[in-house]
Formats: sequence, C-alpha cells, structure tokens
Amino acid sequence: MTIGLSHYLILSAALFCVGLYGALVKHNAVVILMCVEIMMNAANVAAVAFSQFITPTAFTGQVLVVFTMAVAAAEVAVGLAIVLTIYRNYKSIDVEKIDLMKW
Amino acid sequence: MGQVIAFWILAVAALGAAIGVVASRNVFRTAVLLLGCFLAIAGVYILLKADFLAAVQILIYVGAIGILIVLAIMMTHEITHGSKSNRFVLPALPIVAASLGGIIYAALNTKWQIYGQASKLPLDTASTATIANRIFGENGFVLPLEIIPILLVTTVISAIVLVKVKKK
Repeated sequence: MTIGLSHYLILSAALFCVGLYGALVKHNAVVILMCVEIMMNAANVAAVAFSQFITPTAFTGQVLVVFTMAVAAAEVAVGLAIVLTIYRNYKSIDVEKIDLMKW
Repeated sequence: MGQVIAFWILAVAALGAAIGVVASRNVFRTAVLLLGCFLAIAGVYILLKADFLAAVQILIYVGAIGILIVLAIMMTHEITHGSKSNRFVLPALPIVAASLGGIIYAALNTKWQIYGQASKLPLDTASTATIANRIFGENGFVLPLEIIPILLVTTVISAIVLVKVKKK
C-alpha cells in the first residue's frame, strides 16, 4: 500500500470539515478564528498535495502556499486586533452578544 | 512502508488535535491543541517533500500565529467563560457531513492526471532553491511578491490603529 493523492485529499477534506464545524458552533471569537486557521491549513495541504502529485516539476502549488501563508499571517493579525477592540467595547468576545447590527 | 506509517500517525495526530480544538471547553487547551495540529501538518509537508513549506509552517503558524492567539486569549479574559458551543451543535452536523461527503466524492471520482509513476511520487527535488527560482525566474511571481509587503504594512498599520487607545 502506498500513500497516494487521494489520502492527502481526504485528510485535507476531513480537517476542513472539522474546522467548518468549529467555526459554525463556537461562541468564542478567538476559537472561531482558530477554526478558520484549521480550514486554511487544510486548503494548504490540498494545494501542496496537488502540486507534488500532478505538477511536481512546476512547483506552482508550493509558491501558492507561500503566498497563502503570508495572507494568513496578515489575517490573524487584523482578526485578533478586531477581537481585542470588540472586547474593549463589549467586555466580551461572545459572538452572540455582539449584535449591534442584528435586525 | 515507513512513509505509510508516518502518514497515518501524522494524519491521526492532525485530525485528533483538530477535533480536540472543537471539542475542548478550556480555551487555553484549545490553543495548545491547535499548535499540535499545526505541527502535525508540518510533518505532512515533510512527507510530501515540501521541506521549505514545513519550515515556514513551523515558523509562521506554530511560532507567530500560535503566540498571537495565546496572547489574545490572555488579553480577553475569556478563559473563565470557557469555549461553549451554541444552539447549532446538532443542525450544523448534517451540513458539515454533507460537505465532507461531497468533497470526498469529488476527490475520489475525478480522474487526476498523476505525473509519471504514482509510486515514485512525490519527487526528490530540493524545494527551497526551486521555489526561489520559480518566484524570481522567468514568468515568475514577482508582482504578487511585491504586493505581499504592501499587504503586510497595511495589516500592521490597521492593527495598530484598531488597538490604539484613544485619548479622551
């Protein structure tokens, strides 16, 4: 038995869905951000797997992942800054209590 | 054979840590499990012979993002409330199961054009130099690379502006 592309894709799909579930059900904004990070990592795993199995000489998938990692770092910095600002104004980061724009 | 065992260990570790992130009620434990998940994914990159990405994964995700998240948990004092789930615990399950099934169905039923002999993949190529040549070489990705610093500077400035305490 060898580990092929489909193994990595199923691992990536499972990680993505665990992250999706967490992002849907959690109250805490920081935990939701963590789940979004898991989803992003799952997408990166799929990109690297595609790159290594389908175009192993072109390396475009790995270059893409280098850029997504930079964007992920930026996203976390801004996301946590927003969470801290919300905490300062509401004294809570429970997403159910942040309902200023709820109709 | 060793590769197969390593894949299963890393896959179980990554998935188990991810499930732990969702299931754990203690926010700090959640953050530590998330770091474990990132480390296991770095191992998966090494298995895929993407050594540069594995190093970057550990530096950026485990190092920078992990520390940022732990810091945010400390600053928001939410440890006392724990990481509770909302009323969507059961309605979200079928949605997630359906998307998981859909993705796996699509992944298994698409005819991927595997490069060369499947058993010899992934190829042994030094990834750091090749990625550098790919980015900076002919038909490379220099423009996206130039946009990344602009994005990072914008991020830093916006984060500072957001968190800065306004003087009354």
